[in-house]
Amino acid sequence: MNLELTLNGRPWKGEASPSQTLLDFLRAQGLASVKRGCDTENCGLCTVWVDDAPVLSCSYLACRATGRRVTTLEGVEEQAADLGRFLAARGAEQCGFCSPGFLMTVLALRRELPHPTREEVRAYLAGNLCRCSGYTAQMDAVCAWLEVEE
Amino acid sequence: MYTIRELAFPGTAEEALSLLRKGRNNVILGGGCWLALGRRRYGVGIDLSRLGLDAIRREGDELVLGGSATLRALEKNGDACALFGGILSHCVRPIVGVQLRSRATVGGSVYARFGFSDPLTALLCLDCTVELAGEGTVPLEVFAARPAVERDIVTGVRIRIEDRATAMETMRLTATDLPILTAAVSRLGKDWRVVVGARPGRPVRVPGVEAALAHGASPAQAGRLAAEGLTFGSDLRAGREYRALLAETLVARCAARVEQEVSR
Repeated sequence: MNLELTLNGRPWKGEASPSQTLLDFLRAQGLASVKRGCDTENCGLCTVWVDDAPVLSCSYLACRATGRRVTTLEGVEEQAADLGRFLAARGAEQCGFCSPGFLMTVLALRRELPHPTREEVRAYLAGNLCRCSGYTAQMDAVCAWLEVEE
Repeated sequence: MYTIRELAFPGTAEEALSLLRKGRNNVILGGGCWLALGRRRYGVGIDLSRLGLDAIRREGDELVLGGSATLRALEKNGDACALFGGILSHCVRPIVGVQLRSRATVGGSVYARFGFSDPLTALLCLDCTVELAGEGTVPLEVFAARPAVERDIVTGVRIRIEDRATAMETMRLTATDLPILTAAVSRLGKDWRVVVGARPGRPVRVPGVEAALAHGASPAQAGRLAAEGLTFGSDLRAGREYRALLAETLVARCAARVEQEVSR
């Protein structure tokens, strides 16, 4: 079926199968930052923004995004690179596979909650799992980054 | 992940209902979160996002939650945070993550009547009705007790705005998992409401406990009565006996908090 959306700030028009997930659609466009993780809506690896809200692209039908703005890490590359460097310098990532989804969620948090408490940061990031970092370094680094940004 | 043959964006609730009833295999797509965990093949997937049902607003002495309002919108909404002791906002916060709550809808949560539903537990301790596209308005308690088989669409939930003291507690094995027990208690004068869910059956009110509290039972007594008066089951997350113990504790805690709130 016809699909028209704004993809990383640019209009996109084409066809998509009614059952194609947004994850598969985005990866087919060459947007390899969008990772496939659990496929059961738990891990947050596939996080992208639809109309600026973070959503799980593994379970979102691409065609439902018609008329909407879809943003992946490639669409916020500069901000994401700064944040990624900051987190890496603080030892807050290891294998990096969860990083794109994690960065998308942190950037959404930054936009949505201007002065979050540590508890609010923890709650906001609860939907992003990481199998190697242990979370403490991530939390510390994200809180430090938010302070620097302020 | 489920599959659909075709995706439709109806412009009115009537059109959506007619499409739904046209084919046994047609399906309403709320947030699509629960459907995504299955592998079923559907005919027409009916997307409700163009019906304008995503608002949360006051109408006279009611708070109206649109069927397509997301759980995240409910969590952040000023009225949901301020009214009923904030139970509407509080109840959705432990549900998975922000990403899921940005898609899961009020209508989907109410329609599905999941046993583990946090929002249904919270709503049942308030004075609510459900708006259905076909049937019209139905008390939530009646709707919640029916089998989830009707071919209808939840277009909204109406909650009477009252100065009701509320408290809710849930128990989860891990922070973002499904709850293994939910409990909510509310009080307006002598009118107590006690709801227990994730037994693992659906959330239900417990009239015996409500009457006991109205006649002066202590929170601890209310907890014991809830544990004795309800049936509990076992699943991979928790056993029947453990759930009964949890019900006793959580109902007692909620009742104590409500008493505290009222005496303030």
